[in-house]
Amino acid sequence: MIHFILNNQLVLAEVPKGTVLLDYIRDSKRLKGTKSACREGDCGSCTVLVGSLKNNKLEYKAITSCITPIGNINGKHVVTIEGLDQDKISPIQQALIDSGAIQCGYCTPGIVLSLTGYLLSNQNFNFDSAKDAIAGNICRCTGYKSIERALELILKPLELINTNNRFVELINKGYLPASFAEIQRMLSTIQEKAPVPDSKMIVGGGTDLYVQKPDELIDKDLNFFSDIPELNHITFDNNLCRIGAASKISDILNNEILNARIPGLNSYMQLIASNLIRNIATIAGNIVNASPIGDLSILFLALDASLLLKNSSSNIRKIKLDTFFKAYKQIDLNENEYVAEIEFKLPGGSDLFNFEKVSKREHLDIASVNSAFLVQIEQNIIKTIQISVGGVSPVPLMLHKTCKYMTGKVLNTQTIQSAIEILDQEISPISDVRGSAEYKRLLTRQLFFAHFIKLFPDKFELNELLNNKVAK
Amino acid sequence: MKNIDSLAHAKGESLYIDDLPILEGTLFGYVFDSPVAKGTIKKFDLSDALKLEGVIRIFTYKDIPGQNQIGIIIKDEHLLAENEVHFVGQPIAFIVAESENIAKKAKKLIRIEIDEKEPITNPRIAFEKGELIMPSRSFKLGNIDTAWAECDYVFEGKVESGAQEHLYLETQGAYSYTTEKGNIRISSATQGPTAAQKIAASVLGISMHKIEVDVIRLGGAFGGKEDQATAWAVMTALATFHLKKPVKFCLQRPDDMRMTGKRHPYSSDYKIGLDKNLKIIAYQAIYYQNAGAAADLSPAIMERTLFHGTNSYFIPNVSLTAHSCRTNLPPNTAFRGFGAPQGVFVIESAISRAASELKIDAFKIQKINLLKDNDEFSFGQIASEVEARNTWNLLEEKIHFSSKNIEIDKFNSENKHFKKGMALMPICFGISFTNTVMNHARCLVHIYQDGSVGISTGAIEMGQGVNTKLLQIASLIFGISANDIKLETTNTSRVANTSPTAASSAADLNGKALEIACNSLVSRLKNKAAEILNIDAGHLHFTENYIFIEGQKSDLSWQKLIEKAFFSRINLSEIGHYATPNIHFDKTKEKGHPFAYHVYGTAAIVAEVDCIRGISKIEEVTIIHDSGKSINLNIDRGQIEGAVIQAIGWVTMEEIVHNKKGQLLSNALSSYKVPDIYSIPKVFEIEHLKTEGHEMAIFKSKAIGEPPFIYGIGAYFAVQNAIKAFNKDYKIAFDLPFTPEKILMALFKK
Repeated sequence: MIHFILNNQLVLAEVPKGTVLLDYIRDSKRLKGTKSACREGDCGSCTVLVGSLKNNKLEYKAITSCITPIGNINGKHVVTIEGLDQDKISPIQQALIDSGAIQCGYCTPGIVLSLTGYLLSNQNFNFDSAKDAIAGNICRCTGYKSIERALELILKPLELINTNNRFVELINKGYLPASFAEIQRMLSTIQEKAPVPDSKMIVGGGTDLYVQKPDELIDKDLNFFSDIPELNHITFDNNLCRIGAASKISDILNNEILNARIPGLNSYMQLIASNLIRNIATIAGNIVNASPIGDLSILFLALDASLLLKNSSSNIRKIKLDTFFKAYKQIDLNENEYVAEIEFKLPGGSDLFNFEKVSKREHLDIASVNSAFLVQIEQNIIKTIQISVGGVSPVPLMLHKTCKYMTGKVLNTQTIQSAIEILDQEISPISDVRGSAEYKRLLTRQLFFAHFIKLFPDKFELNELLNNKVAK
Repeated sequence: MKNIDSLAHAKGESLYIDDLPILEGTLFGYVFDSPVAKGTIKKFDLSDALKLEGVIRIFTYKDIPGQNQIGIIIKDEHLLAENEVHFVGQPIAFIVAESENIAKKAKKLIRIEIDEKEPITNPRIAFEKGELIMPSRSFKLGNIDTAWAECDYVFEGKVESGAQEHLYLETQGAYSYTTEKGNIRISSATQGPTAAQKIAASVLGISMHKIEVDVIRLGGAFGGKEDQATAWAVMTALATFHLKKPVKFCLQRPDDMRMTGKRHPYSSDYKIGLDKNLKIIAYQAIYYQNAGAAADLSPAIMERTLFHGTNSYFIPNVSLTAHSCRTNLPPNTAFRGFGAPQGVFVIESAISRAASELKIDAFKIQKINLLKDNDEFSFGQIASEVEARNTWNLLEEKIHFSSKNIEIDKFNSENKHFKKGMALMPICFGISFTNTVMNHARCLVHIYQDGSVGISTGAIEMGQGVNTKLLQIASLIFGISANDIKLETTNTSRVANTSPTAASSAADLNGKALEIACNSLVSRLKNKAAEILNIDAGHLHFTENYIFIEGQKSDLSWQKLIEKAFFSRINLSEIGHYATPNIHFDKTKEKGHPFAYHVYGTAAIVAEVDCIRGISKIEEVTIIHDSGKSINLNIDRGQIEGAVIQAIGWVTMEEIVHNKKGQLLSNALSSYKVPDIYSIPKVFEIEHLKTEGHEMAIFKSKAIGEPPFIYGIGAYFAVQNAIKAFNKDYKIAFDLPFTPEKILMALFKK
C-alpha cells in the first residue's frame, strides 16, 4: 500500500505498486484534469507536481505521471490541476488565457503544472529557464508563440517573489492554494521507513521501463530505487566525483560544482530528455538501459567513468564504464548485483570537454549520433584524448583506436584528417528510424570536427578540415 | 474575445470523451488489428481469448446486422475485415471486456494465420499495376501541347512529399449506450457527427433516427477526425446494439498511430516552361497520391490538389493530372490543407528548380507571375478581389526586402559554419467544400424566457475557436452579453444532416446559418418591442442588453422584452439554414466556380543552417495575411501561428517511416517528432491586410483554419537556399521533410 497526499487529501492507494500514477489519478480517483496522451513521457499532457521532504525541506518537481509507478511516490505530495485553487485561478492560468495560449485545451493543465513547478523549484526566473521548464509539454495546436507571450506575462511579477520564503509568497500571491501551507506538517506524519536496495526487479524513475513494457510491470513485486537515500548523492573527494545511482539527471544539471568544473554541462543536459523526465530519470537507469545512443553513457564514457556495482552481500565490484557494455543491450552486471554509484575524475584546469548531439528535433529526442570529447593539450600536443560516440555501434562506443592514434600528436588539421580514417574503421552504423548508415557515418565525422571547431574556434574551420573531402 | 473555453481548459475542467462520467455496467472495447499489410486470413481462432475471465464478447464482421461498410465517398472499406486484409492496423475484431486491461490481454490470446502477400507502399508502383481508387482526373487550361514551343526555358523533374501524423493530443475514441427502444446514443470525438450517425445506422441495419451522436469538443483533430473517427464510434455502437450495455473505446497512442491514416504522401512529376521575361507560359504536373488501402476522403483531397496546383500564380497553359493510387497503408485522410499543400509544394519546387537553373532568385519568378483580378484558374473560376500582389508588395516593404537580401548575403559571407536562406511564400486558398452539395449548414437557436440563449449548430469545437466566433455573432446581433449565451454540444438530434467541420468553412457556414436565425428572431422581437414602445420597428436596435431607439437607450431591457414576447406566445426559437450561393462545379467538364472566395497572403521565411551538424532552425516568419475584416484577431492569430508551425513540422521534421512490409516504424512520440517550443522562430510577425473583407465570409471575416498552413512550405525553400550558400554544387532536390539527415547529405554530397 502506498501512502501519499493527493492535492489536499491523505490517500492510501490500495493498488499494486507498479500501477502508473496517471491511471490511479484518472481511474481510481476520477480526477480527469490530468490528461493521457502518449504514455511515454514525450508530451507532458499528464504532468503533475510531486513534493517530497528532503532534509526537512519540502521540494517540488514537475513530472510525467504516465510513466511514474505509484511506488515512487510513497510519502509524497502529488498535485494535479484540481489541486490548484478551484475558486480563483492563478496568475499562470490567467496569463495563458490573456495571451490566447489556449486552443484545444488538452495540453493546458500540463503546462499550468509545469510552470507552477517552475515557480516552486527554480532559483532564477528568466525566459530561457521558463521555456526549458515547459519544453516537455507538446501543444499540437502549436500555440507556442502565444505560450511564449504568456511566459513574458508570467515572468514580470516573479522578480518580486522572495524565494527564501517561497510557499508563503506563492500562496499570498495566488499561485498556490492555502492548503499548501499544511503539506509539510501532513507529510511528516506519513514518513515511512526508507527503502533499502535489492537487486531484483529494480525500477528507477521508470522512464525507460514504463515506456518499454508497462503492462508487464503492474503486478510485479518491484524494488523502487528512486528514493533510496544512500543512492542519492553527488559528492566530491578532491578531484573525484561520485554520483549515486538513483540521482536524477536534474541533480547533475543543478549541481553547481559539476557545472563549474564541466563548462557547458547545463546546456548539454538540456539536450537530454525534458525537464519533466530529467526530474525522475536516474543516472544508473540511463546507463543500464544500455542503449547504444544513451546520452549519459556517452557523456560518462568520455569522462572515463567507473561504475561501483554492489551485490546482495554488499560486496563491491568496480569496473570501467567502457567495459560495462558487452554487446547490444548486454551489460556486465550479475544477477545479484546492482549499480550503486558512478565515479569519475573531474576535468582539470587544462582539460577541455565538449558534448555534441544531433537528432531530428533538438530537444527531447533520441540522437541519431551523439559524441563526447575530453582533451588535454600541452604546447599544441595532444596529451590525452577521450572520445565517445553513440548510435554507430551496438554499444555506446569509446573510440580507442582513434584516441590512441591522436595521443602525442600535434593538434593540427593533418592529425584530425588522419584520425578520421581510423574513426571510420571503428564505427559500424546501421540504418534505422534514426537515420541511414551512410548518414550516421557522415554525421560522426561532422561531430568529430565539431568538437575541434567548437573548442578551438581560432584554429580550425570546417572547409580546411574537409580539405575537399566529400561523402563517400 | 478569448476562446470561450479558456477558463475551463486552464482549470482542467473541460470534458473530452475519455473524461466523461462512466455509466453503471460500462464495458470496454479494444481492437484486434491486422499484423500484416496484405493477405488472406486462413485461420482465426478466438477460443483462448473468449475463455479469459472478464471477456464479454468478441465481434467480427459476422456480427454485423447491416452493411459491413464505412466508405463515405466510395464504398470500399469494411468496418471489420472479412477474408482479406489490406494494411497493418486494419481492424479485424472488436473485443469487449469488463476492463480495458482485460480486453488488451484478450487481444494477445487471439490466434490468426494469414497467407501473406507482398504489399505495395509506393504509389507509382500501385499506378503501374493499375491499382487506382478511382478514375484519374485532369484540369486543363490553354493548350499545353503547343505552349512548350513558346517557352525559352523548360525544366522537368520529380517531387516527393511525405506523410504527416495528425497527433491530435486527444486520441480517437467513442462511448455508446442505449437510451430506450433500441435507440443508441454515441458520444464521439468526431469532426463529422452526421457521418458517424449515418454509417452506424447502415452498419446496424437501422434508421438514422435511432442513432444520436453527441460531440462536446475535440482535443485537436486537424482533419484526422473528419472521416476516421467514424469506425470507433460504429464499433462501440455495434457492441452496444448487441449487448445493450454502455461500451467505451479510447485508443492508446501506438494503436492510434498504427491504425489511422495520415496526410497523403505524394510523388509528382512537373514540367515548367518560361519565357525570357520569366513569365511562366506552361505548367504540367502529374500527381501520384498515395491513398492507402481504401478511398476514405482521398478523391476529395486529390481534387483539392488539382484546385491548388498553380497556387497563387496565373499560368495560361496548364495541365494537371492526378492519380489516386491504392497501396497497402492505412487509408490516408484529411489533414489541414486537404491536398492543397502537396500541390503547392510541386509548383513551388518547379519554380525553385527553374530559378536554380537560371541562377536567379526564385522571388523573381514568383513575383512576376502572381495572380491578378480576372485571371482564370485552370478550373474555370475567374479570380476576383485578388490580394496576391498587394500582400506581396506590402511584405516586401515590411521586411525591407532588398536590404534583407543584402543582410543575408553579408551574414553568409562572414560566417563559414552557419548559412542563412530566405524564401517567400504566397498563398491563394479556395474556401468552400469543393463538393458543392456539402456547402450548407443549420443551427437551432433558443431564447429562453429569462432572456438567456442556447445555440446549437453543426460546427465542432476542436480548439480552432469556432464556438467563440459563433457566440460573438449571436452576441452582436442580439446585443446581449456573452455571458447570456451558451454554445451547446453538437448533436445530431438538434441539428441534423450536417457537413463535417472541415474545409475551413465551419465558421462561415454555421455562422451564416446562425446570422439568419438570429436576424429572424430579432425582426420578430423588434415588432414586439415596437408595439411596447409604440414606435416604428425601423428605429430600434438591440445593444448592451437593451432596446435602443435611434441610438438612445430605452427603458425596455432585452430580458423584459423576452418576457413580454413569451407571454404574447411569440416563438422564441428559430432554425437558420444557409447554403452558399453562386457556387457550382461540373465534374464532366472539370470547370466551374467551386469557391465562394479565396484567402490570400504572403510570407517571408528565413532559415539558418548549421553546416557542421546539418541542422536547421527557422529564424524568422513574417506574414501579410488577408483575413478580411476579422471578427476575432486573437483567435485568427492563434490559427495562423499554429498552422505555420504545423507546416514547418511537416517540411522539416515530421517523418513517417514504414518498412517494406508496410509496418509503421515511426509509431510513437519517441520516434515521430513534432514541433516543440524550441521549434518556433525568434521573429514571428503577422500583419493583417487592411481590406473590406468578402461578402461571402461571415461578417466579412475570412476563413482561417487551413490557408496559413501553406506559408510554412516556404521553410523548405529557405533551408534549401541556406544550403546553396554553403554547397555551390548542391544538386537541388525536392523531397520533404528536409530532415537533418537530408540537410547533411545535401551539404556534403556533390
